[in-house]
Amino acid sequence: MDQFTINLLFVGASFALYIGIAIWARAGSTSEFYAAGRGVHPVTNGMATAADWMSAASFISMAGLIAFTGYDNSSFLMGWTGGYVLLALLLAPYLRKFGKFTVSEFIGDRFYSPTARLVAVICLIVASVTYVIGQMTGVGVAFGRFLEVSNTTGLLIGAAVVFAYAVFGGMKGVTYTQVAQYVVLITAYTIPAIFISLQLTGNPIPALGLFGDHVASGEPLLAKLDQIVTELGFASYTEHHADTLNMVLFTLSLMIGTAGLPHVIMRFFTVPKVSDARWSAGWALVFIALLYLTAPAVGAMARLNISEMMWPNGTNAEAVSVEQIETDEKYAWMATWQKTGLLDWEDKNGDGKIQYYNDKSEALAEKAAANGWEGNELTKFNRDILVLANPEIANLPGWVIGLVAAGGLAAALSTAAGLLLAISSAVSHDLMKGQLTPNISEKGELLSARIAMAVAICVATYLGLNPPGFAAQTVALAFGLAAASIFPALMMGIFSQRVNNKGAVAGMLVGLTVTLIYIFLHKGWFFIPGTNSFTDADPLLFTIKSTSFGAIGAMLNFITAYVVSNATEETPQEIKDLVASVRIPRGAGVAQDH
Amino acid sequence: MAENPSDNDYWSANLRIIKVCLVIWALVSFGFGILLRPLLSGIPVGGTDLGFWFAQQGSILVFLALIFFYAWKMNKLDAEHGVEEE
Repeated sequence: MDQFTINLLFVGASFALYIGIAIWARAGSTSEFYAAGRGVHPVTNGMATAADWMSAASFISMAGLIAFTGYDNSSFLMGWTGGYVLLALLLAPYLRKFGKFTVSEFIGDRFYSPTARLVAVICLIVASVTYVIGQMTGVGVAFGRFLEVSNTTGLLIGAAVVFAYAVFGGMKGVTYTQVAQYVVLITAYTIPAIFISLQLTGNPIPALGLFGDHVASGEPLLAKLDQIVTELGFASYTEHHADTLNMVLFTLSLMIGTAGLPHVIMRFFTVPKVSDARWSAGWALVFIALLYLTAPAVGAMARLNISEMMWPNGTNAEAVSVEQIETDEKYAWMATWQKTGLLDWEDKNGDGKIQYYNDKSEALAEKAAANGWEGNELTKFNRDILVLANPEIANLPGWVIGLVAAGGLAAALSTAAGLLLAISSAVSHDLMKGQLTPNISEKGELLSARIAMAVAICVATYLGLNPPGFAAQTVALAFGLAAASIFPALMMGIFSQRVNNKGAVAGMLVGLTVTLIYIFLHKGWFFIPGTNSFTDADPLLFTIKSTSFGAIGAMLNFITAYVVSNATEETPQEIKDLVASVRIPRGAGVAQDH
Repeated sequence: MAENPSDNDYWSANLRIIKVCLVIWALVSFGFGILLRPLLSGIPVGGTDLGFWFAQQGSILVFLALIFFYAWKMNKLDAEHGVEEE
């Protein structure tokens, strides 16, 4: 059986499983569509949250970004897990106690203002759509590889599948499907990592193997990696090279953003009790940590494998020959990935070898000239392909490759579905029913939810064709937007009785607008390429990149809300009572619709 | 409800626990993982130093411990102040 058939078999079987579960648990009423009747156990909920949360960015993209940068990209690891601490301590139990369906309902009620609710809906939609763009980038990579077509074709097919999949059911279907998806994606992520860790270090646990010894050389794995990459003119793997200010702000943006993303917060509305909401966040992080503790090992080990593959006899001997790449079974993955357009090489100096090195390194310029190298010949290596290509690079059996393809698709699909649900509930429940057409029927509400999904996916697919960055970078922008707009409003709504309607609205508007403008100035207006005035390499303010600005946006939001609230009238007594009641668990009933 | 002194005790106890947890949260990530990494450079861990380990492994493990500690502590506090769910 060839690899294509194996991939098809694994992907097909996993899809049949998800669709089967979705049909079995199909949502009947609006309440089930949004919040699954609140009958979900914390462990189940944690697992579903983990699947919802770990998207194409975590699964497909993150390890690649770590692999090619090293320590400096640790921000992704700390940021995307540290946010759960904020969520568990500052938001989840109180929002569950409040007992409504959506994040914007809380903001609307707490700040006693339809305007606040409307602004919150806009913030949610902006952040979620940006997030879906990142997902679609990952979907394109995964479908392109597994169907062996170009990235663009893969993206279009993927978009159709995501749409068909998301309209199938609501949260209830999604909850149980996502449990299945979690199992598929974590198996797919860890099995190749275990194999590779055993090959390289002899330790079956990748997180320990990362700090173990490299079997072939007897040196510590990370020391060996540092040595090889610096010999090729790249920055060392383990040292701190990044700008510290930007690294701190980036990590903080990802953390705050995690706690401000609607599709994650919505999950905590679906547990039966306030105390369950606290445990749920912990369980979610347990399941997330299984991947996040493995990811840095996947990145480091893949970087080592790739470097050694391009220099099979060491960095001081001859590079790998074109002939070997074209004929040796071990290098077959390179030809397969070349088809997607995401990997490419070119024998620039015509010596029949492919020299992979950093041609911008001054230290290496002399050696390159002496050896007749005319630039890096591994001309393209898209970071987003690393995880999917990893089992092939390590020469693992065909079924592992098929499993990884299924896992990558599970990750992209589960998050895309969760986000589309958040967008559709924001539009149909908060915007249509809450503001524009309060008398809309249940049927009309479901219809507008589905139309909103369709529009969102079209926009995201269109922008996904020319993404503002690798999947994880685009997703990081979405986190910045959520950090600057939603999180401060939620936190002040619970921890301050003084912040009033005017303060909250002003804060959210300032946070969202300033962050959005900062992102557009660096990434192009509405992400249209070529319309940017600055680049992340040379940003507008100090060394703060557009992906890190969310933390600044959040601070501006807090300050604005505080100043405006203090300059305007006191919050009414009933709102103070509402805040007081949200703070204690007693009396948390089932949530109500209006 | 807010006037009830026992509720206020409950809330300020909660705020104290949150503060302690967040100090640890920041210390292991922004502290050990980034800003204080030079101070930990003398402690070798498998080919690199303790700061690298905190940035890529340790901080995540501490986050987990913090959330479970908070859930356990708060459920106890709820019962002590009689505000747990019926």
